[in-house]
Amino acid sequence: MAAQAKQDAIPRAREGSPWTGLWAVVLKEMADHLTSTRMRILEILILLTAVGAVYAAMLNIRSTIGRDPFLFLKLFTTSREPLPAFVGFLVFLVPLIAIALGFDAINGEFSRRTMSRLLAQPIYRDALLMGKFLAGFFTLALVFTAIWLLIIGMGIIGLGLPPGGEEVARLLIFLVATIFYGGFWLALAMLFSVRFRQAATAALASLATWLFFTVFWSMLVGLIAQTLRPVRIGLPQEIIAQTELQIALSRLSPNTLYTEILLALLNPALRSMGLVLPIQWEGAILGSPLPLSQSVLLIWPQLTGLIAVTILLFALAYVLFQRQEIRA
Amino acid sequence: MSKVVIRTKGLTKRYNGVVAVDKLNLTIHRGEIFGLLGPNGSGKTTTILMLLGLTEPTAGEVRVLNLDPARQPLSVKARVGYLPDQIGFYDELTARENLSYTAKLNGLSRKEADERIEAALTRVGLHEVADRPVGTFSRGMKQRLGVADVLIKRPEIIIMDEPTQGLDPEGAHAFLQNILELKEEGITILLASHLLHQVQAVCDRVGLFNRGRMAVSGTVAELAKKILDSGYRIYLEVEGPADKMIPALKAVSGVSKVQRAGKNRYELVARSDLRAEAAAAAVKAGGKLYGLSVEVPSLDDIYTHYFEEVEHGRAS
Repeated sequence: MAAQAKQDAIPRAREGSPWTGLWAVVLKEMADHLTSTRMRILEILILLTAVGAVYAAMLNIRSTIGRDPFLFLKLFTTSREPLPAFVGFLVFLVPLIAIALGFDAINGEFSRRTMSRLLAQPIYRDALLMGKFLAGFFTLALVFTAIWLLIIGMGIIGLGLPPGGEEVARLLIFLVATIFYGGFWLALAMLFSVRFRQAATAALASLATWLFFTVFWSMLVGLIAQTLRPVRIGLPQEIIAQTELQIALSRLSPNTLYTEILLALLNPALRSMGLVLPIQWEGAILGSPLPLSQSVLLIWPQLTGLIAVTILLFALAYVLFQRQEIRA
Repeated sequence: MSKVVIRTKGLTKRYNGVVAVDKLNLTIHRGEIFGLLGPNGSGKTTTILMLLGLTEPTAGEVRVLNLDPARQPLSVKARVGYLPDQIGFYDELTARENLSYTAKLNGLSRKEADERIEAALTRVGLHEVADRPVGTFSRGMKQRLGVADVLIKRPEIIIMDEPTQGLDPEGAHAFLQNILELKEEGITILLASHLLHQVQAVCDRVGLFNRGRMAVSGTVAELAKKILDSGYRIYLEVEGPADKMIPALKAVSGVSKVQRAGKNRYELVARSDLRAEAAAAAVKAGGKLYGLSVEVPSLDDIYTHYFEEVEHGRAS
């Protein structure tokens, strides 16, 4: 009878917090990331690019010290042949690092045959997936923050000036945006690592997506815009319609979103992302910088869009993983 | 009456319309070693995953330690250890680090974890190599580390899936010895395997599994009775007239068949060990008894016989 009563008392909802053991997973995965050879190689790569690009930028900037109010922002954006600016490197290096952190997150546990042993411990799958995502995310944050501090340090020594308050604020938002841009690719790589049982397939799928958005999407966007909104007789309306479609389509790419965020943040003179008609120039003082709040307002949709897509991808990976059968 | 720790009622699991486990009723008592036997793909692993709450049953009921694994998986998994087949570890971490991760996932404090890891490693004889990366371990060492890993949570039940597969005979023997030691400590053990002679050596009760159904279960002797209908073969060496001897031996209750197996040799098929009765009957009939031996049925015989019958039944 007592046993019967006990059985009846079994609750309908799952017991306990889904995050039990989350921090154990996060700490273990982060330790793995930070000691892995894969990460060391990427860290060296990004460090070399940072030092190279910033050094080159510094040589260029030196001549204008004292005249430019946003000198530190220039450290990130000035290029000197043959090197592109540091942000130019970031647009394709960040995805690479994020993919390297995520592509074998889940399928790696299966191929090492540790998955069933892991899930036989008193934790939920939620904690495992979330823990792996957070570990990757924190690793990205750690690496980028270190590089960011390093560049600013180099700037202070090289230029002999401290950064101003607004510069620091702009750079901080830039750092957050960079981390979330990495978060998008991390979520994508993890989604593929849940979907594909082979780590190589997941890596290839992630890299294909990356290549698609980096190289092919801009070409495709041009083609699509020309087909859907052709310029037949050269009316201004036609040209505007085509350009607007082109901009809208290209914003589906996270790379475009990130680039626009960078441009607005690191180039305070930038006033608009899209087309600017002469009528909109009225009253504007050309080349004068926008205040920070206005720049942030300009990139707000891009920033939220990037974060939203990251969350969406993670949610998708989550659903797939919850439904997956554990037996290998 | 011993306490029931695992009970399933009408447990069923279907994968895309294919039935993996079909209305399984299973009862396992505290402190026993239960062997789940069956060919590959008969639903053993699926059953285990449902017991641990790693797969949701399609229908039926599971209770492990009076808990529902689908609804209370954390409590179940905190008290039940699972040793999967072909166990894997993080190769680049040391044995100690691997166990430490398990301890953290179980929410143990650092001090508690260190003590348990130390004890578990010593117990399975891996103390010397505790700080070597697991990638350098042999198959047998990994299996032992698997046991240590399970022991970290001080389980009440241990579920093992094909634990001796891939071990050399010596390793397998040592492993079975370990299992018996665990039983002494009062841990209930569920062993899924198709390696019969090993299972026979350690299991208190076994269940034959076929196509997702538990065909029969009981002690090896009970199964022998059920499936071979008469499990024991008794050999007698008696000098005396055969025409008298055979009816006399047949008259012993429990003997189903008597055969001459050579000059002065008789083979009896019996339901139980009837050596004493058979000897008495032979002597009473005027024979001189020179030899007496018995052949206990092996699980191999039972298994082969059962699956032959099943195949036969399906064919006809």
